[in-house]
Amino acid sequence: MPTLIDRRRFLRGGLLASAAATVSLAPAQTEAASFEGYPNAMGVLVDLSRCVGCRSCEAACNKEQQLPAPEKPFNDFSVFDELHHGQKRRTDETRYTVVNRYDIPGREHPLFRKIQCNHCQEPACLTSCFVNAYTKTPEGAVVYDPDVCVGCRTCMIACPFLIPTFRYSSAFKPRIMKCVFCYDTRLTKGLPPACVEACPQEALTFGRRSDLVTMGRQRIRENPSAYVDHIYGEHEAGGTAWMYLSPAPFDQAGFDTSVPKEPILNYVKDFLGIVPMVLTIWPALFAGFHLLAHRKEKMQQVNKNEGEV
Amino acid sequence: MRTPPRTVLAAAVLLLAGTPPLPGLALDQYDAPETVVIDSLARLYQPVRFSHIRHTKLARCKDCHHHTTGQEDTDSNCFRCHAYSPEASIVSCKDCHTGKQFYPEQVAAAGNPNLYHIDKPGLKGAYHLNCIPCHVKKNAPSGCEGCHALTDAGRAFFRVDSKNRGSATP
Repeated sequence: MPTLIDRRRFLRGGLLASAAATVSLAPAQTEAASFEGYPNAMGVLVDLSRCVGCRSCEAACNKEQQLPAPEKPFNDFSVFDELHHGQKRRTDETRYTVVNRYDIPGREHPLFRKIQCNHCQEPACLTSCFVNAYTKTPEGAVVYDPDVCVGCRTCMIACPFLIPTFRYSSAFKPRIMKCVFCYDTRLTKGLPPACVEACPQEALTFGRRSDLVTMGRQRIRENPSAYVDHIYGEHEAGGTAWMYLSPAPFDQAGFDTSVPKEPILNYVKDFLGIVPMVLTIWPALFAGFHLLAHRKEKMQQVNKNEGEV
Repeated sequence: MRTPPRTVLAAAVLLLAGTPPLPGLALDQYDAPETVVIDSLARLYQPVRFSHIRHTKLARCKDCHHHTTGQEDTDSNCFRCHAYSPEASIVSCKDCHTGKQFYPEQVAAAGNPNLYHIDKPGLKGAYHLNCIPCHVKKNAPSGCEGCHALTDAGRAFFRVDSKNRGSATP
């Protein structure tokens, strides 16, 4: 039976149309890739050489965010010896920030590293969220809206720093729990986050992210023997609002140095760009092919019917 | 009897005002108060009674006061500008290092391209960053409560009443 279009042509046409649509979407993608953060976004520079592990930041966070009482008091330093499944303490639904101790061979004193949400410029959690529960605010915070969250927890897997956690303990009000940069209570009022204000050592420096990069470079330049020549977070994951200086190689202080230097978004956006096209263009396109392919058949049928009459 | 800090400061100011510094003559330990009660930040911890006279025997003026007392500064980063800085009219920590830190004024100042000191610690940072390394080196108290005891507000802040208490030594 002769047809207007065979299977091979049909597939080739589909692929060509896909390619055309991808190319036509390309300008929008380039724009997203060149986003370098909001110009006046705030950040925090964490200087590991200054931290003495007093846990004041943890206590301040607990108070500011009205989190549940901790298992141990915040001036109990036995927590630094805790291991959970062979790992040091992590953020969870009761604590948005945690300080861990790293005993590095060859160093006289241990290093302490505070972890919390790093508030990426282009957050992977935000990208992965299909209901847009996350927002990167112009002030620099990555905030979360529990009202729209469906609890899929994809953000927990997407985050390269393993920061968002889930409130499993609540059956009726489960939600993601993570540091919000004290957005509502402080950042919007121009105040530093509670942990920064509590730090006695000024291991946490709050300021405009661009100024913090300058400060970090100045500290390294003026004291080259005291620091590794790198600001962790300046480029990691496409740049983060919270950045770190360290006197020892970052991998020895528990940092993941394999985190790529470009936004996590870049790894998936080519694929994600095709999804809406497949969902919107393909059905109409292939329905059209189908109608064309069967048009002649139908005409013949109609002619035949007419001949019979 | 405890001397109120304001009296001590006022005495220090009077003392400094009464003896105009002679050119080329640096301030020395006798120009300073014997004891300074550091209480301007005290909220979670008790004020610190700082024996200035005792510390003058353990450190040089410039170890804490930088170039402001007229001692020659040998830190290579300070030396570039302050090699021959005379004693300054402001010597007290809190007159340069502000009690409030990272508020909008300081954040704006850090962006000033003409300012070299964009990274000046606040008062709390200046104290701890200066005191702790030396205390560690000289085996002096270096845990939090070695210098200042917790207040009731501090005990609430650190949730000292929490169960499962382990070791409390840093």
